[in-house]
Amino acid sequence: MIRFEPRGPVSVSRMLAVSLAAAFAALVLAAIPMAFAGLSAFNAYSLMAKGAFGSLFAFTEMLTRATPLILTGLAAAVAFRAKLWNIGAEGQLYAGALAAVAVGTGAISAPGYLLIPMVALAGALAGGLVMLGPTLLKTRLGVDEVVTTLLLNFIILLFVQMMLEGPMQDPMGMGWPQSEPILDEAALPKLLERMRIHWGLVVALAAALGVYFLLKRTVWGFEIRAVGENAAAARHAGIPVTATFVRVGLLSGALAGLAGVGEVAGLKGYLTADLSPGFGYSGIVVAMLAGLSPIGVVFAALFIASIFVGADSMSRATGVSNYLADLIVAMALLCVLVSGLFLRFKVRFIGAPATRETAK
Amino acid sequence: MTGPTQEADIVLRLDGITKRFGMLTANGDVSLDLRQGEILALLGENGAGKTTLMNILFGHYVADEGQVLVDQSGTGLSELEPGSPHAALESGIGMVHQHFTLAENLSALDNIILGTEKLVSLTSARAPARKKLAELITRSGLDVPLDARISQLSVGEKQRVEILKALYRDARVLVLDEPTAVLTPQESDTLFATLKKLSADGLAIIFISHKLAEVMASSHRVAVLRGGRKVADLPTAECDLRKLAELMVGHEIVETVRDAGSPGAPLFTLQNISVGHGRDALHQVDLVLRSGEILGIAGVSGNGQTTLARVISGLEPPASGTVSMEGDDRTDANARTVIDSGFARIPEDRHRDGIVGPMSVSENLAIESIRKPENQRFGLLRFSAMREKARNLIKAYDIRCQGEDSPARLLSGGNIQKIVLARTLDPEPKVVLAAQPSRGLDVGATSDVHKRLLAARARGAGVILISEDLDELMRLSDRIAVIHRGHLSSAEETETLDRGTLGLRMAGQGGEQAA
Repeated sequence: MIRFEPRGPVSVSRMLAVSLAAAFAALVLAAIPMAFAGLSAFNAYSLMAKGAFGSLFAFTEMLTRATPLILTGLAAAVAFRAKLWNIGAEGQLYAGALAAVAVGTGAISAPGYLLIPMVALAGALAGGLVMLGPTLLKTRLGVDEVVTTLLLNFIILLFVQMMLEGPMQDPMGMGWPQSEPILDEAALPKLLERMRIHWGLVVALAAALGVYFLLKRTVWGFEIRAVGENAAAARHAGIPVTATFVRVGLLSGALAGLAGVGEVAGLKGYLTADLSPGFGYSGIVVAMLAGLSPIGVVFAALFIASIFVGADSMSRATGVSNYLADLIVAMALLCVLVSGLFLRFKVRFIGAPATRETAK
Repeated sequence: MTGPTQEADIVLRLDGITKRFGMLTANGDVSLDLRQGEILALLGENGAGKTTLMNILFGHYVADEGQVLVDQSGTGLSELEPGSPHAALESGIGMVHQHFTLAENLSALDNIILGTEKLVSLTSARAPARKKLAELITRSGLDVPLDARISQLSVGEKQRVEILKALYRDARVLVLDEPTAVLTPQESDTLFATLKKLSADGLAIIFISHKLAEVMASSHRVAVLRGGRKVADLPTAECDLRKLAELMVGHEIVETVRDAGSPGAPLFTLQNISVGHGRDALHQVDLVLRSGEILGIAGVSGNGQTTLARVISGLEPPASGTVSMEGDDRTDANARTVIDSGFARIPEDRHRDGIVGPMSVSENLAIESIRKPENQRFGLLRFSAMREKARNLIKAYDIRCQGEDSPARLLSGGNIQKIVLARTLDPEPKVVLAAQPSRGLDVGATSDVHKRLLAARARGAGVILISEDLDELMRLSDRIAVIHRGHLSSAEETETLDRGTLGLRMAGQGGEQAA
């Protein structure tokens, strides 16, 4: 018979070891279907590693892919810390991108050092405002934010499509549903010549440090943690629970909105309805893999980005579908969730009573 | 009370039971015999391992060492399969948990026969069950409306259903976990009369308790657990209250006593407060608290105490009526403004409302004053100040923990309560609301709580003490009011009241509406 017994506090090194073991276990498990596809795991993983780290270009591509994941991961992490279940980072990302395009395609003309912050601010504000609605519905009327944020994703995506085929369509776009290009002054500068990597990565890393600092060192962060861990006690202790939820909602939406700004103003240069391959949803996985730690989010985003970029490259080399990346990411998430069980409980095997008696 | 003779058959034997949870030894080498027709009281403080031991007996836990032997239908003792409540039921062990395990939306009859019927059967077992139960009811005196839904029954009736449930399964050993915790004094008397009757019929009974008086009055034999070990096992006739108390605590006890108070001017008043509906509603509640007094509020749990505490704490605005403090209207106050007006609130459910478990002891000590300048500057937390303050409070209030940075959830109930006491009483509040402050605490922690409340009173603070424990109320309070179904009686001087009167009022008889 198997029994679970609760463990006491867990050390940081043990948590790290378990996370790494979970990632490794995910790679081992994903090797099984790969074997069926006729690939040796060693071969496939070395191709993937090469695809993500093998050259400066591969490495910068991986970092470029990680940029929006860090931001959406932070959006999920900060909201989940307060037990505000924001599943709408995808929609907030598009809202941020839409606002960035609205401001950055010629509506305002200003030098770059003014226009870029304005574009970023507009995107963050749009994302935050999108999240404000579900947050207020939750605090005022008790509406489940999982449902409202999730469904808002589709509404916003359809709204973006409407705008791209209507008022915001590029007149020079030959009928394609895409926005006008962002002005050069509004575009985020590249970090390296001839590479796609842009300043969005710096913004994302700064945001991670900022969220870490907020949660750890500030009164607002204290209140967010208290509300998330025990809202009843927080309310009893006089912490403004509703205001805290509103702050968290605005911050979470703003971070997701910034991810959209980065993709439009740093990478694509214009908005299309296929801007994000699900960065908002992947952000949830990133946050869970990171155990909702803001610094952990950076590493989890790098891990997931390297899996995705590596799998693309491996897929091109071997002809095996890059859906494999989704498989590995899903396995990793499952392994991390299972490992959480091992962190909290000791598993013991207990013999049947008969064997115990003979042992006596 | 004299029990059955030594020669009576042993129906149950616990043999060297040891159970560890991590570092904690909940039970250490406990052995116990139970004879037919005997009432055994299992006495111990909270955390002494009473409930763990009974959970091992009933198969909820598996012992690390030792075994449970049970007399299976008169064929002598044999080992009970560990970890199987089913096996325990089969061998005639019935358990009445502290928190009842009844389906609220089913009738009493259905609850009793639940789990005894075959999965697929053409005939309903109801008719024969009804007959058997009618017989049991007349024999035991456990009167229960069989067709009423559980949700309509009183707490005492629910408990009788639980006992009937065990008897219906032909239990020969009945285990009751803190059976009087939820009963009025009168209901407790009825329960023990029933238990005596059942034991005279041959049922072996174990009841868990930390109330000395009922152990003295109603058991044949007492086993005392302390720190997970059995420290005494002796006939009740050879004990007295003081001896039992010392065995239970392990040292001599100094009882807290209240000196004559000198109440001052009215400090805090409720006028005509009504709020909520259903069980937790309050109806036209009036209350006047003077400085330098302890005002006790007695009542069986679930008669509106929770709502009363929430209104006073600023967590629930009253639908009508006024709240005032020192003459100022505070009806629209929220938790924040209530705290800032010099109000300490000790919540009834300290785990849910008192602490944020995963946060550290020092954070929990600062949580009510986190926006005060001593804890933050420009929105940034002042960690070193918070931790220094925490170290002082840990010392002053004797909070047993592994330092100010350990998570509060790792602390025992008594120490969690000390966090709440330190946090709320250290700023020297003018008014203290203590809701069930000693519920679930052991003797030591309880006396600590009492001392702190009396100290606040001596300082001139007004204290509202909501409790179900009449002894506690009568010892500490200057005046006592009784709450029943949301109506609060007017407060009377403690010296003019006795347990019987209070008990009747708690049950809703005799002047509960006296204004």
